[in-house]
Amino acid sequence: MRRRIVLTLAGFGVLTLVACVLAPLVGSTSISLWRVFDRSIPFADNTDAQVFFVARLPRVVAAAIVGAGLALSGVVFQALLRNPLASPDTLGVSAGATLGAMLALTAHADFVLLGVSVVPLTSFAGAVGSLAIVFVLLLARRRGTSSTVLLLGGIAIAALLNAVGRFIQYMSNVTDTFRTVQWLMGSLDVGSYAPILASLVPMGLACAGFATLPRVLDLISLGEDAAEARGVNVAAAERIALISASLSAGAAVSLGGPILFVGIIVPHIVRLIVGADHRLVLPASALFGASFLVVCDLIARTIVAPVEMPVGIVTAIIGGPFFLWLLFRGR
Amino acid sequence: MLLHAANLSFAYGRGAPAVDDVSLSIASGAIVGLIGPNGSGKTTLVRLLNGTLTPARGSVTLDGVPLATLSRRALARRIAVVPQETQVTFDFTALEIVLMGRYAHLGPFTLEGPDDMSHARQALESTGTAALEARQFATLSGGEKQRVVIASALAQSSDILLLDEPTTALDIGFQWEIAALLGRLNVEHGTTIVVSTHDLNLAAMLCTELVLMKAGRVLATGPTRDVLTAPNIRELYGIDAEVAFHPRAGHLTVVPLARG
Repeated sequence: MRRRIVLTLAGFGVLTLVACVLAPLVGSTSISLWRVFDRSIPFADNTDAQVFFVARLPRVVAAAIVGAGLALSGVVFQALLRNPLASPDTLGVSAGATLGAMLALTAHADFVLLGVSVVPLTSFAGAVGSLAIVFVLLLARRRGTSSTVLLLGGIAIAALLNAVGRFIQYMSNVTDTFRTVQWLMGSLDVGSYAPILASLVPMGLACAGFATLPRVLDLISLGEDAAEARGVNVAAAERIALISASLSAGAAVSLGGPILFVGIIVPHIVRLIVGADHRLVLPASALFGASFLVVCDLIARTIVAPVEMPVGIVTAIIGGPFFLWLLFRGR
Repeated sequence: MLLHAANLSFAYGRGAPAVDDVSLSIASGAIVGLIGPNGSGKTTLVRLLNGTLTPARGSVTLDGVPLATLSRRALARRIAVVPQETQVTFDFTALEIVLMGRYAHLGPFTLEGPDDMSHARQALESTGTAALEARQFATLSGGEKQRVVIASALAQSSDILLLDEPTTALDIGFQWEIAALLGRLNVEHGTTIVVSTHDLNLAAMLCTELVLMKAGRVLATGPTRDVLTAPNIRELYGIDAEVAFHPRAGHLTVVPLARG
């Protein structure tokens, strides 16, 4: 087991590292990796290093964090609800985040608070708020609501929040509508390291929670009673899992917008590669989600250059067929 | 007394009590059968006895200690449970399922070591599922699944095993295997066994004591030969049956004859 964990982490870790180092090299100005890391040239004179670290790396790091955050919360939701269709999207978190962002955008409340724009803050609040509803539903499950009902509840909440969002959009002027549509498509062009640093706070807390979960999630996939009978404190684990998954999904969506598909598909792709054990699935999903979104964003900003394609379109176009291939290839 | 329940009552939601004022004592080394019609409260009683459900009234004690004061982990090291059926969400292999039984013996960040592996292998061996260890659980037949789940419970190395209708999905070959396995565990490891079942002949063969449940209450309890009687069976199921000692089998047998 130890060997499998080390190998899996090493494999996916290298993939992520390669993606994060190579992605910033590609763009309208071509730069050389050797010059970027050439310490003999002072940073002020090293344009390659400036392009790499100032212009492009923040975007790549943002993609990695968003990808990892969405994938991690997807893994946890799927395991917790024991349903392969659970994801931050189906549970209404993306809808909540979107509504939060929309309210800030149409109210022109895009001032800066503690170095961070208000839009990500409100979208984070929206994400966490909608998950609070899921949390209440999950507690209600103790009185006999199945996970399918919970999932349907999430879909209903998403529909409701989306409807409110559309109404706001419909009532607002053209400029605001354009900005919200842009936000809705998802963009990783964060501009600087400040929003990334801000997102690291909830992500760090979430990861501390996730670290306690892998084995518990394995056992919960046998059923709650079976997990309890084997020594798991299911109620406590559910709380940690939901809070961590809300924080990481909220951080991801507030940083990059509601990029669909990553949260639901990355965990499944990873499970098909490494098996079901969450001690492998959880870290591998974080790393694969990160590299997947870095690569998708690279494609999004280069394929129709100088115009950028919304990254959410790329994730679906690449992820969909790849997932189908994995599903239907002969085992 | 090893496991003792005093005046247990429990109801789901606002419904009628599923278990109503049940008291029973399970001695160390006993094989106790829970029998009774569908909906008589057997499954609820099993869940109360392992602490998965908290009783509305009454309490369960293990070696005199109330279950409510024990952590889940401590409890799992003493009591293992085999439910009626198990559905697994993801593609775990049989060996992975069995290794999950070791959870209570490991620290939160400890990986299974050679000791845990040997417990798991032994459990697979004794349930006849060693050849299935690399198979995915979802691809196994009902009987194979149930035996893997029993192996997972055995890997827990607990001294009490609670089984909820473990043989319902199995053909008589596997029913026999499971009964033989439970008997062997009891003799070789002194495992105390509580098993709920609809199979009266299996109960007669395996159990030293029976608890007869009807509508959430205990109708009768005592040594198998004393309580497995024709009047009790009529009372429980509304069936006239002949209960006779079978000399070759060496235990009581029940043959249903007519609607009573």
